[in-house]
Amino acid sequence: MFTCRFFCAGMAMLLPAIVQGQSRLDSVQRLGEVSVVANRYGEVIPSQKLSGKRLETLSSFSVADAVRYFSGVQIKDYGGVGGLKTVDIRSMGTNHLGVFYDGIQLGNAQNGQIDLGKFSLDNIEEIALHNGQRSEVLQSAKDFGSAGTIYLRTRRPRFGTGRRTNFTTTVRGGSFDLINPSALWEEKLGEGICSSLNAEYVFSSGKYPFRYRRILPDGTTAWDTTAVRQNGDIRSLRLEGGLFGLSDEAKWMLKSYFYDSERGIPGAIVNNVWKRSQRQWDRSFFVQGSFMRRFGRLYTLQVNAKYADDRMRYLNPDTTLMYVDNSFLQRELYFSSANRYSIRPFWDVGLSLDYQWNMLDANLREFTYPRRHTALAALATSVERWNLKAQASLLGTFVFEQAAGSQDKREYTPAVFLSWRPFAGREANIRSFYKRIFRMPTFNDLYYTDVGNIMLRPEFVNQYNAGFEYSAEGDRDVGLHVRADAYYNEVTDKIVAVPKGNGQYRWMMMNLGYVEIRGIDVSGRMTVRFGKRTGRSGVASLQLSYTFQRAQDFSNPADNDPEAGTFGGQIAYIPRHNGSAVAHVSWRSCDINYSFIYVGERYHNSSNIRENYEPSWYTHDLSVGKLIRFGEIKIRLSAEVNNILNQYYDVVLNYPMPGRNYKIILKIEI
Amino acid sequence: MRRIHTFTLLLSILVACREDVEIRPPEVIPVAPSDSAAIIGFYLLNEGNMGSNKSTLDYMDLFSGEYRRNIYADANPSVPKEMGDVGNDIRIYGEKLYAVINCSNKVEVMDRRTAKRIGQIDIPNCRYIRFHGGYAYVTSYAGPVELNPDYKQRGYVAMVDTTTLQVMARCLVGYQPDELEIVGNRIYVANSGGYMFPNYESTVSVIDIASFTEIKRIEVARNLHRLRADRHGRIWVSSRGDYYGQPSRLYCIDLDNGEHVDSLQVAVSNLYLDGDSLYLYSTEWSYISMSNEITYGIVDVARKQIVSRCFITDGTEQRIQIPYGIMVHPITKDIYVTDAKNYVSPGTLYCFDRNGRLKWNVRTGDIPAHFALLEE
Repeated sequence: MFTCRFFCAGMAMLLPAIVQGQSRLDSVQRLGEVSVVANRYGEVIPSQKLSGKRLETLSSFSVADAVRYFSGVQIKDYGGVGGLKTVDIRSMGTNHLGVFYDGIQLGNAQNGQIDLGKFSLDNIEEIALHNGQRSEVLQSAKDFGSAGTIYLRTRRPRFGTGRRTNFTTTVRGGSFDLINPSALWEEKLGEGICSSLNAEYVFSSGKYPFRYRRILPDGTTAWDTTAVRQNGDIRSLRLEGGLFGLSDEAKWMLKSYFYDSERGIPGAIVNNVWKRSQRQWDRSFFVQGSFMRRFGRLYTLQVNAKYADDRMRYLNPDTTLMYVDNSFLQRELYFSSANRYSIRPFWDVGLSLDYQWNMLDANLREFTYPRRHTALAALATSVERWNLKAQASLLGTFVFEQAAGSQDKREYTPAVFLSWRPFAGREANIRSFYKRIFRMPTFNDLYYTDVGNIMLRPEFVNQYNAGFEYSAEGDRDVGLHVRADAYYNEVTDKIVAVPKGNGQYRWMMMNLGYVEIRGIDVSGRMTVRFGKRTGRSGVASLQLSYTFQRAQDFSNPADNDPEAGTFGGQIAYIPRHNGSAVAHVSWRSCDINYSFIYVGERYHNSSNIRENYEPSWYTHDLSVGKLIRFGEIKIRLSAEVNNILNQYYDVVLNYPMPGRNYKIILKIEI
Repeated sequence: MRRIHTFTLLLSILVACREDVEIRPPEVIPVAPSDSAAIIGFYLLNEGNMGSNKSTLDYMDLFSGEYRRNIYADANPSVPKEMGDVGNDIRIYGEKLYAVINCSNKVEVMDRRTAKRIGQIDIPNCRYIRFHGGYAYVTSYAGPVELNPDYKQRGYVAMVDTTTLQVMARCLVGYQPDELEIVGNRIYVANSGGYMFPNYESTVSVIDIASFTEIKRIEVARNLHRLRADRHGRIWVSSRGDYYGQPSRLYCIDLDNGEHVDSLQVAVSNLYLDGDSLYLYSTEWSYISMSNEITYGIVDVARKQIVSRCFITDGTEQRIQIPYGIMVHPITKDIYVTDAKNYVSPGTLYCFDRNGRLKWNVRTGDIPAHFALLEE
C-alpha cells in the first residue's frame, strides 16, 4: 500500500507539470494591499476566484449561493434564506472542506460542517476555491489540513486620495418578506492604520409557495399541489469590527465577529405533514488577529491567533414527536506561527506550527464532555526554476483527546504540487498534484450519546489531479481564460452511520465507507472590452463551467445486485453532470447579469433505482444595476429576478426550493 | 461561431421544460406461486427512512406467484405525496386494509383487495393497530403534555369506529406505548418509555374495553415493545432492554395464574406467533464486536421452551444484514423474513420453506417491515 501510494505520487510528478498563469496577475491586483510582503512565488496552482464586480452582480445572497458557480462544487441546500447550505468539493463530503475567514479557519468541532448560508456576501471581497490546498509556503499548518479549501476575504479599507472616511449603507428587500439593511464605516486612523465597522441585520418570514406534482404515464396530471413553506423564518444580526495596519515591513489585522440568530427549521414535507415547528438559535463570537513581518530579505514570519465561542440551542416543541431542547456550547482557542526562509532566490522553505484547543458542552444525558488538543506541524518547500514550479509539504497532526476511552491520534500526510510553463512569456501552465489528507471524526461522530463511536479512526482521502490553464487576459480587448482538470479521489475509512440493533431510530458511526471519484472540472471565461475609442467603454463577459463526476460507492461488496445494489452506484446527491453560465455586460454606469445553474439528475442513495431518482434542475437568474453619482456620493440601484422560469425543484428530497423570486438593492457610498 | 453555438444551447435549455416525475405502474416480478386456497396473498409495508416519505406498499399474489412492488401510488394516483413517512403497522379487518403511518400522523384506510384509498384516521405519532367488535384500537405516543416539573407526555390508545373512521375515545396509558393485543374484553398495551431514556417504562397497561379506562398495570421489564397473546391464556411481551447493561428479553404473562410473569433467556427484536410456535429473531448491537449480533429461534409457547435456535437452515442467514420483518404462512408454513440492509437502500424479502430452505427472494422498498395476510 505504502509503495503503491508513492509510486502513484511519482507518476503524478512525472506528468508534465507547470507554469503559473495567474499568480503574476494576482500580485499586481493585490499590489495596493500587500506589496511589501507579497509572496514572490504565489501559488503553484492558481485557485478559482470570484471577486469585485463579478461577485457583486451575481444575484447571490450568501456565500453558498456564490460558490455554486465554481466547478467541482456541489451544494446541499435545504431551501430559503435560513435553510442549511453546505458545500462539498469533488464529492469528498462536506467535512473535508476547510473554510477560512480572513486567513483563519472557521471551526465546528461538533459536526464539522460550516453552514455557508450564514455568511453574508455583504462585506466579502473575494471568494477563492483551492483544490488540494493553497500551494504556498508561508501559511499556517491548518492551511495544509483540508482536501479542499474556500477562502473568504472580507473588505479591507481603501481610501481615495485625500479621504479619511468611507461610509456605505445598503438595503436589500424582496420576496420572502426579506429586509436586509447593512452599514459599513471605514476610518483612516493614521498612516498605515485604519479601522472598519460593519453591521448587518436580516429578517425574512421564509414564506414562499412551492409546488409538487406527478404525472401519469399518458402525460396527464396525477396530482398537483401548491402550498406555502412554513417555519422558514429567520432573523439575524451580524457585527464585525476590524483594525488594519500596514507598513513597509509588516502587515497586521485584528478582527472581531459577532453573529446572533433565531430561525425556524422548515423540515421535510411529507404526506400529511406540511408544517414543522423546530427552532434553532445560534450565537457565535470570535476574535482573531494576524500579523506578518519580514525580517531582512530572507525571513518572513506570520502569526495568527483566534478565540471562538459558539452557542447553539435546538428546540423541538412538536407534541407529535419526541420533545427536545438541547443546548450546545463550543469554544476554540487557536495559535499559529508560520515561518518562511529563502535559501536561494528560487528556493523557499517554510515551517508552520499550530496549536488548537476545542471543547464541547451539551445538556444531553450521559454526555461525555470532550476536550481536544490538536498540534499541527507543517514543513513545506517550494522551488521555481526554469519553467518549473513545485511545492512539497508534509503535515503532522497530533490529536490528544480528554474523554474516557478516547485514543490519541498521530498522522503524517504529504502533498506535492507541480506546474510547468511550456511557453515563456505566455500565461499557460500544465499542472498536477497529489495529496493525502484526512478529516478527524467530529465530536458528534465520537461522543454523541448512543450514536457516537469512540473507536473511530480518521477518514482519509487521496487526491490525484492533472490539468492545464491558459490565460490571455490583462488589458487586451478580447481576453480568454480556460482551465481544465481531471482528477481521481479515493475516500477510505469513510465515516458512515450504520443501523444499530433493531428499529430505525438507532444508528452507529463506523469507518465502513469506501468511495472512488473520477471527475473533470472545466471552466472558461471570455471578456470583451468595447468602446474604448469613443470613451463610452464597456465590458462584456461570458463565463462557463462544467463538472463531470463519477462518484461510486464501493462500501459494501455484498450489496451487488446489478440493478439495485449500492456497490458501484453513484453516491447520494452527486450528479454526473452539472454546470453554470454567467453572462455579464457593463456599459457606462449600467450593468446587466444573467446567470444559469444546471444540476443533472441524481439519486437519493447509492442504489440507483427509479424510486431514488431525482430529476435535474436548473435556474435562470437576471439582475440589472445602475450607478448614479451625486458628486462624492455614489448610489447603486439594482434589481434581481431569480429562478425566472419559476421552476420548482428539490436539492434535497422533500425540501422544496423557492420558485421565482425578486430582490431590490439600494447601496449608497459616501 | 462558438458564440452562436453557446447561444443556441442556452436557448434550448431556456425553452425546455423541467422533467416531470411520472407515477409508473408497479413493477411485477414473477417469483413462485403457493398452493393455499384460503390465503390469496399478503401485503408488505415498507417503512422508508424517516423524513424520506418513502413508505411504500408491496403485494405478493400467492396464486399467480407474482410480486408487485410499490402498488400504492398506482392504485391512488391522486393522493399528493403518496402513502407517507414511516409505515409502522399494517392489518386487515373486515373489508378494509389499515396502514399505520407513524411520521405522517395517520392511519391510511384502503380497500383490502385493491389498496384503493377509502380515507384516513388522523392520530399523531401512531404506532400499532388491533381490532375488536367493530372498533380499531391504535396506540399513540402523543398524549397530553405535562410540564410539571419536567416535560412528560403520556401515550394513549385511540378507539376508532371502523365505519365512520372517527376517533371515538382516548384512553391514557403509560409513556410511549407500542404493541397491543386484545384478550377477552381487555386490551393489553406494552409501554416502552422510549423517549424517557434512561427512565424507561416497565409495565403492561390493562384497559377494560367496556369502560375504556386503564384498570391496572402489570410490572414486567424495562422498555417493552412486542406483545402477542397465545391460545393458552398467556401474553408474550418483549423488552428491548436498555441497550447497555440490560439485554433484550422475552417475557410471558400468565393471565389465568394471577398475571405471573416468567422470562425466557432469549433476546427479541421481532416475533411472529403461528399456532404454538413463536418465531423470533434478535438484532443486538455488541460493543465488543462493534457489530450487530443476529440470532434466530422458535419458542414453543405451550411448553414455554426454546425449541430451535435457527429456522433458516441453508446458510442464507449469512446474507441477511438486518432482519426486520417476519411472518409465517399459516397453511404452508413458509417463513418470510425481510432484510432492511442499511435502512436507506432497498431491502429484500426472503421466502423459506417450512424446513428453512430458501425458496425465493425479491427486492422490496426501503426497510421492508410489516405483513398483512389477505384471505379469500
